Amino acid sequence: MIFILIIAGVLFIVLTIAAGLIYIERRLLGLWQDRYGPNRVGPFGLTQVVADMIKIFFKEDWVPPFSDRPVFVLAPAILISTILLTFAVVPFAPGFNVLDSNIAVLFFLGNSSLGVYSIVLGGWASNNKYSLLGAMRASAQMLTYEVFMGLSLMGVVMLADSFNLREIVEAQRHGWFIFPQFIGFVIFLIAGIAETHRLPFDIPEAEGELVAGYHSEYSGMKFGMFFVGEYMGVTLISALITLMFFGGWLGPAFLPPIVWFFLKTAVFICFFILLRASLPRPRYDQLMGVGWKILLPLALLNILVTGALLLYFK
Amino acid sequence: MNTIFYIAAALALISTGLAIAGKNAIHSLLFLILSLLSISVIFYILGAPFIAALEIIIYAGAVMVLFIFVIMMLNVGMERETEKRWLKPRMWVVPLILGTILLIDFIFMLKTMAHEETARQIILPKQVGVSLFTTYVLGVEIAGMLLLAGIVGAYHLGRQKKKVIHRFLKKEEIIEVPNLKK
Repeated sequence: MIFILIIAGVLFIVLTIAAGLIYIERRLLGLWQDRYGPNRVGPFGLTQVVADMIKIFFKEDWVPPFSDRPVFVLAPAILISTILLTFAVVPFAPGFNVLDSNIAVLFFLGNSSLGVYSIVLGGWASNNKYSLLGAMRASAQMLTYEVFMGLSLMGVVMLADSFNLREIVEAQRHGWFIFPQFIGFVIFLIAGIAETHRLPFDIPEAEGELVAGYHSEYSGMKFGMFFVGEYMGVTLISALITLMFFGGWLGPAFLPPIVWFFLKTAVFICFFILLRASLPRPRYDQLMGVGWKILLPLALLNILVTGALLLYFK
Repeated sequence: MNTIFYIAAALALISTGLAIAGKNAIHSLLFLILSLLSISVIFYILGAPFIAALEIIIYAGAVMVLFIFVIMMLNVGMERETEKRWLKPRMWVVPLILGTILLIDFIFMLKTMAHEETARQIILPKQVGVSLFTTYVLGVEIAGMLLLAGIVGAYHLGRQKKKVIHRFLKKEEIIEVPNLKK
């Protein structure tokens, strides 16, 4: 019974945050770009989310006749399900997780690599040249950044001596991993932005060049799933940064652990939005070049140095 | 556990069959991914969570994406006439014989080794790492050298001089810029 309650709670929290981010992002972007943002519907424009959701539900859900129908329908579902599955291993507070897995970090990496399919297949099934170009870019970008996303986490795994996210958090009682693993943190942050293809790395969508990239042909709730999936991805990456580098739910005792977890996660979500508000988009070849030539060697070096220091001090 | 195993095994068999029999290349690949996922479930049940995770990360997540990438680039969607001509009976006689030998071998092995309960112990990532870097270190090193050779070879094949076609020099003169600074 308590298990089902936890699953329902995690689903409720994740979906609420993802939907709420639609409003929060537009509002914060407005703030940072010195304009109002949505402020007409309800107090402070709060019910804008409901209005958006109603709009997106009642739009015509059109599957183009020239598309590959089963794959076209499957693609957005893959995105949502891989991200929701990953939340199964995220511990929100001690005892408040669906699955206490020994391979949680690997589970996350596996799911994020499966998430590539949604974009690649969505772009291919649309049978549209802009979608296909977006899908090509997405697959190259996500394959690249996946490689050292995993490698950047290995330093943390070495320090905590476990793939289990709960044990990784417990290992940070005497100091957050951000200090010994600063390089790992920076690489993971960059790779996380590229994996969720948020601005400044939203090259697969690149409105200026590719209409809307891989989801040009999507409408109605199928587009909505890509849209919400992006916010869920942002929430997931922020939660993982909190767990891996900022001590998860650990914090001074005047607030309960779960509040600490959400506060820390919220800071990183806001950071993601701030990046969108402030940075321009790099060129495609620049993104790939930086990935392979700078970040991958740095991630490998980080593993080498961490391992050597651990061996030396043991 | 046995029920889950049978479901996963049946899924793996069916999806592999569909992957071979399918006419649409991308749909076949999707079935192959499904088959890899169900094999990963089998690994997990047998007590090898690390291998299960690697199966998904490497095979389903990276190798198959590259396959899809290539198929998207080549734009091979549906079955073509040439492929029908290639599939003459002559072509599958030898594979059939080889497959039959393998099947007989397999049945013989099942007959002799039946009813032996394999020890169900969960092998954690740490144990895999320890045995890779002590008992099997030679194999790891050889595989590493092979992969390095592959990378060097791919770099050599893909290397080309940087060509810049200038916007205003319309005669398509190719100016070689040795070291383009960004």
